[in-house]
Parts: sequence; structure tokens; C-alpha cells
Amino acid sequence: MGNSEYILNCEGISKAFGGTQALKDVQLHIKPGEVHALLGENGAGKSTLMKCVIGLVKQDTGTMEFEGKPYQANGPVDALNCGISMIHQELNPEPHLTVAESIFLKRENTKGFLLDKKAQNKRCEDLLSKFEVPYTAKTKMKELTLAQVQMVEIIKAVSCDSRLIIMDEPTSSLDSTETDHLFEVIRDLKAKGVAIIYISHRMEEIFEICDRVSVFRNGTYVDSRDMEGVTRDELISMMVGRDVKSVFPKVDCEIGETVFKVDKISGKGFHDISFEVHAGEILGLSGLVGSGRSETMRAIFGLDPLESGTMYLEGKEITNKSPRDSIKKGICMVNEDRKNYGLCLLRSIRENISLPNLPAKQKGFLLNQKREKKEVGEVAKKLTVKCASLEHNGFSLSGGNQQKVVLAKWIMANPKVLILDEPTRGVDVGAKSDIHTLMCEFAAKGMAVIMISSELPEVMGMSDRILVYHEGTINGEVSRKEILANAITQENILQMAFGQR
Amino acid sequence: MEAKKKFYQTDAFRMFMGKYGIGVVLVFMIVAIAIMKPRFIYPSNILNVLTQISVNCLIAYGMCLCITTGGIDLAVGSQLALVSVLLGQFIVLREMSLFPAIILSLAAATLFGFINGVLVAKFDMAAFVVTIATQLIIRSIAQIISDGKGMSLATPEFKAIYSGTLVGIPYPIIYMILISIVMYILMHWTKFGRYVFAVGGNVNAAIASGVNVFWTKTLCYTISGLLAGIAGVIFTSKTGSAQSNVGLAYETDAVAACVLGGTSFAGGISTAPGVLLGAIIIGCIYNGMNFLNIGSYYQYMTKGVIIIFAVLLDMVINKKNR
Repeated sequence: MGNSEYILNCEGISKAFGGTQALKDVQLHIKPGEVHALLGENGAGKSTLMKCVIGLVKQDTGTMEFEGKPYQANGPVDALNCGISMIHQELNPEPHLTVAESIFLKRENTKGFLLDKKAQNKRCEDLLSKFEVPYTAKTKMKELTLAQVQMVEIIKAVSCDSRLIIMDEPTSSLDSTETDHLFEVIRDLKAKGVAIIYISHRMEEIFEICDRVSVFRNGTYVDSRDMEGVTRDELISMMVGRDVKSVFPKVDCEIGETVFKVDKISGKGFHDISFEVHAGEILGLSGLVGSGRSETMRAIFGLDPLESGTMYLEGKEITNKSPRDSIKKGICMVNEDRKNYGLCLLRSIRENISLPNLPAKQKGFLLNQKREKKEVGEVAKKLTVKCASLEHNGFSLSGGNQQKVVLAKWIMANPKVLILDEPTRGVDVGAKSDIHTLMCEFAAKGMAVIMISSELPEVMGMSDRILVYHEGTINGEVSRKEILANAITQENILQMAFGQR
Repeated sequence: MEAKKKFYQTDAFRMFMGKYGIGVVLVFMIVAIAIMKPRFIYPSNILNVLTQISVNCLIAYGMCLCITTGGIDLAVGSQLALVSVLLGQFIVLREMSLFPAIILSLAAATLFGFINGVLVAKFDMAAFVVTIATQLIIRSIAQIISDGKGMSLATPEFKAIYSGTLVGIPYPIIYMILISIVMYILMHWTKFGRYVFAVGGNVNAAIASGVNVFWTKTLCYTISGLLAGIAGVIFTSKTGSAQSNVGLAYETDAVAACVLGGTSFAGGISTAPGVLLGAIIIGCIYNGMNFLNIGSYYQYMTKGVIIIFAVLLDMVINKKNR
């Protein structure tokens, strides 16, 4: 084995958690200065392997070599000292620290035992100047956007002289300009010889930025390939072990009467929004992150206040002061922020699914738990939630299955209007396709479905109609016919999102 | 997929241990004390322990609801004292009959619980701060009403609330059993119970699922007030005197019972049977140590040590379940 060729060598790594074998005899070889994609469905073992690399968990068997020397980290700090850092998918910045303080956390410039803020800020500015960022060393972390926080993490990794940076779903909350900027930075790092492990579910990105790819399935290593010469379909079939024919299972269903209509509604982050959605229709909302799509839907659902405008449900004017009102009337929303607004992970799957539907399960003062168990079981089965038992808590589920549980609870409520905010974010390919199929089934039953998605292929593949947001207003409308006829392309929609007509 | 799993490897067993693993601690404790002093497990002593814990157990149920929503109720001891004082005023001074006097006193405690709830839920104030403030206020009201003086309240019919028996079982145990059943149903078989767990587990998800967070939290504190009030009636009947300086630090034992019973301070996790087990463990500590002739000065220390070990054990068991 030509060890010198690789910066990181993992051989025969296995890890079991309780009864589940998360990794089975897995290998991974990373070359210096390459961007290496890790691909696999949720639960395939990518995250566990990365946790082994940065020392968050210790593998049961197997060895690792970093830069030709045996390597075993006792934790992220140890890994960082060795030259490996990880940018996590969910960033938890300390809001009151400045950028400089975050970057130099635990290795502050000191004069005696006092902090030398001046020298530290100077050092930080020098670093920042290399990255063209719109903030200074003294900016507080809480003033930064998610993309900027992520960049701070990357700068921190660079300042620690990391030779290997692991990025877990780095673009999951970035819009396309931010993603482009991230890619520029990645190319820069690569040119400097830094190796990058890039975990993502977004195939387009992997093809754009990565040099090689390793595919995992069910805790085993499948294969590694050069990105050049491999096709998307090949990769997907390696991941799932079977061929996935069409990516989007959109079924055209009959579009009925107007179910829900808003007229000139305004609120924080959006203004003068008017649209209507029909029974059996999937209405896609496209636009850049922060263009006001989620804000509009949150206000409609009653999570945020609506400042002006009127809403009509089945022709009658309505107001939603709280989600409670909204749910009663038959408008439900799957929030983009699954951990905060979707599930109570501590509690069982059964309790989560039935939470908004309890009033219907009452038998006098008591809950009819027998009926609840039966009905929750049915809906979980229909949505193919993979779990050992409905009594397990939400932590035991993968991201895709958590999302199915969120969907299950709203399906049980049988809403008239179902709002889905980024329904497939952070969800693996298999679950993604399941969710798409389910959306079509809901529409076929006469539900009006509104879907926000930042993935253009998803919006274009699933929607009957697309509204494109730009800075808080609707800047264009596209029909499925136009898409099927290729009259409107991805570029056209992006242009609308950027403000062109 | 092995067909044969040892019983302790099954899912159901692990979940049971996760919820009630503390019961094992209780069993070991009882066995250990009983080996040293067999009289500890004589029926008469068991009834004695259960009678003694009834006051703490009722308070702990209310405490458990508040902790489960992510808060705490530190005003319970004062509410108990207020009820004691009011009973004296109503029964001795106003010569009211027993039933209306008890109802009015309980109403007062419930009202203060409601006020706690509104302050916590409506204004989103920290429960710790709110209830420590109302603890002072309620205690003060009790002292003003009674002028700080104790009052004998030893009519036979009032004393019977504590000392009466039904087929040999003291009344306080009967109250405890009844309220345990009510609390079990409330927490595990009603919409309200589910909402309590949801609010404590993830308040944003609860709001987005249409849960009325204000009423859920407010009701928890209201119920806590009512239960502290009932505990106050039992306690006053036991001592036979209406006093404003009783119930001091009772919140500590209630919190201890909750924690021993697996109530998570992070919110969202608790069980009604767990709280009962917790209260019984505390009762056994007091009673068992008296049996073993250990001085009362050592009792607090023992209780503290056992709480720490019980919680550690609970964490180890639950970590395995993750």
C-alpha cells in the first residue's frame, strides 16, 4: 500500500452502538489537496466514521494513519492539534463573542495573564483580509448570518494550520451565492494543499467541487471513484444498491377549486404577497434563502404576526393568531427547522405523531390510547417510518425518518392546506423519494400543498406552479407546462430569484 | 436478528429500567435495612412510613408537573402554611364547619398557584425567581393573618382527617393512593399530560403543534398549589395546630422525590409512579435511619449522597438506552 500517497488512511474501522453495527470494516483514503466526497444515505455510517476521525467516538477495531504516522485522536481538540478540523452541519456560535475571540478561542494572545486584545484583533484582521469577508475582527458572532459563521469556522480551521478539513453538509443552509463563495474558498484551500472531506446529499455540488468520492451503504464501504467518468445514476445506484429510475415521481392530478388564497399580505421580511392554491395542486416557492418565503408561511401558519392583508380559506376570510387556530381550520405546516419546531426528540414517536391530533383521540376526559396506538401505527407504516418501535424516542431516528414522523403527524390531522418548508433538507435519497411520492398522494387526495425548496431541481420536478421570490415579493410565476416544454430553465428561475423579470 | 434474547436484553425491559430503574435502588435499600432490623418491614412500620410520606408525596406530584414543563415551584411550603393558618381562622375564629373551611382554604392555595402560573407562563419569567418571590409573599400573608401565633385546632373531627383509618389503613395513605391514581391518569392518560411533556420537551415544537402553552403551564402551577393545599390540610390535622411557620424547606424533599423518581430537570421527562417511588425512598431513608439509631444530623447528608448516586445511576441506565 503506497502510504505516502495519502494524507489520511483508515483501515478496517468497525464501530457498534449497542446492538447496531454502525460501521463494518470500513476503509477511507484521502490524498493531500483533494476534495473528497462522502456519499451515502442517512445512517450509512458517514458521520460515525468522521466522529472516529476527530475522536468524538472511539472505533472498536481498525487503525488510522495521518501524514504517514499512526493516529488516534482523543477528541476534537486533539484532532485539531494534529491538523484535522471539522465544520459541523449545525453550528453553535457563542453569540456574545467577537469574530476574533471565536477564532482564537482557547489560544488567546496574552500579555502575562491578561488578554492582549489589540494584538489578537490585528492577527485576526490579517487572516480575514485573505478571505474577502464583510465583517471585522470586532463584529459580534450574533450579527453574522449562518454562512458567515461557517466562514469563521473555516478561517479558524485554516488559522490552526489544518491539513484536513471535514465539512458536514456545509451548504445545507446556504443560498446559491453563498455556496459559490464557499466553493471559491474550497478551491483556494485545495490549491494550498489542504485536503477536504465533503459530506453532502446534493449531487450537483459533489459533481461541481469534488475530485473523488467514497460511497457508503448500511455501515459498509462500497467503493471509491474519481469524479471524472462517474455518472450521477451510477453513484445513486451504488448508494442505494438498486437503480433509481426517475428522481422525481411527480404525478399529475386533477386541479380543483381554489382552497386557500392570500391577498396583499405583508409582515416582517415580505410584503404585498398575493397568491392562491387549488385542491390537488403542489405550489412551489422558489427564491434565495432569506427572500421571505419561510417568513410568509410562518405568518400564514400563525407563528409570526401578519401586519396587513387578508387570507381566505375556501372562500371565507380567516385570521390565524396562533398555530392552534391554524391547525383547527385545517392549515398545517412542516417547519424547515426540524429540531426546534418539528419534533420533541425526548418523547416517543407515538406521542410526537399524535400531539396535534389529541383532541380527536379523546374519550370523555381520557385519551383513547388503544385507538391512538392503532392509528399512529397505521400512519407510520404508510409513511414507511423505519423504527424499532413507536415507543422509542426521536433521538433514535435518522434525519429522514424524523422528517417522516413530522409529516405523519400532519397527515393524521388531514389538513386542507399543507405547507412544507424544505421538506427534504438533510434527508437521504431514499427517504427523499418517499417524501416526494407522499406529496403527490396528498395532492391526489385533494389537499393543497405549498412547498418551499431551495433545490431548484426539486421545485421544478415537483411543482404544478412555481412562485419565485425576490427580496420579499413574488417576482415571477412559472407553470409546469412551461417547464416541461423547456420554455423555462433553471437559469430563468435563478434570474427571477435575483430580481430580473 | 437473534430469536433468543435474554430477558434483560429486550427492548421492553430496557425501557422499563429507564423509567423505573430507581425502584431497584428502593428494593436494595429495603432489603439492606430489613436484614439489619427485621422490624423495618413489619406491616405496622410499613403503614407508618407510608403515612409519613403522604404530605411530601402530594407536594412532589405538583412539583413534578412544574419541573416537567421546565420550571419549578418553590412556593409549596408557604402555600402549606397559608392553608394551615386559614384553617385555624375559619374553623376556630369564624366557627365554620369543616367542609366549607377546607374548600375555602384550598381555594386560596389554588389561587396563589394560579398566580404563579400566570407570572411564569404569561410574562415568561423564570419560575425559580417567581416562586421564590411568591414564597416570601405567601409566607408573609400567612404570618400577617395569624399575627405569627399558633392556634390549637384539635377538634376530634378535624384530627380524624389524619388519624382516622379505613379497614386498618390510615386515611393519609388512602388520600395518597387516590391522588396517585388521579395524577397517573392526568399525566399519562389525558391530553393535558401529553401537552405537559411536549411543552417541557420542546416548547417551540409544542407551539407549532397547536399546544396552548400558556394554559398548560398555568394549570401545572395551579395544580401544584392545590396539592400543596391538600398537603397543608393533612399536615395541620396531624399536628393539631394552625401555624404560619410550618412547611419550611418542604420544597427540598419534594424536589428530591421528583429527582429520585426520574424527573429530568431539563424538562419533558417524568412519570407519576416514579415520583411515588422517590417519595417512598425518602421516607425509608428517614425511617430506616431512625431504626438504625443514626442521629438526625446525619440524615440530611445521607439523603444528599443517595440523591447524587440515584441520579448517577439513572443517567448510566438511560445512556445505555440511547
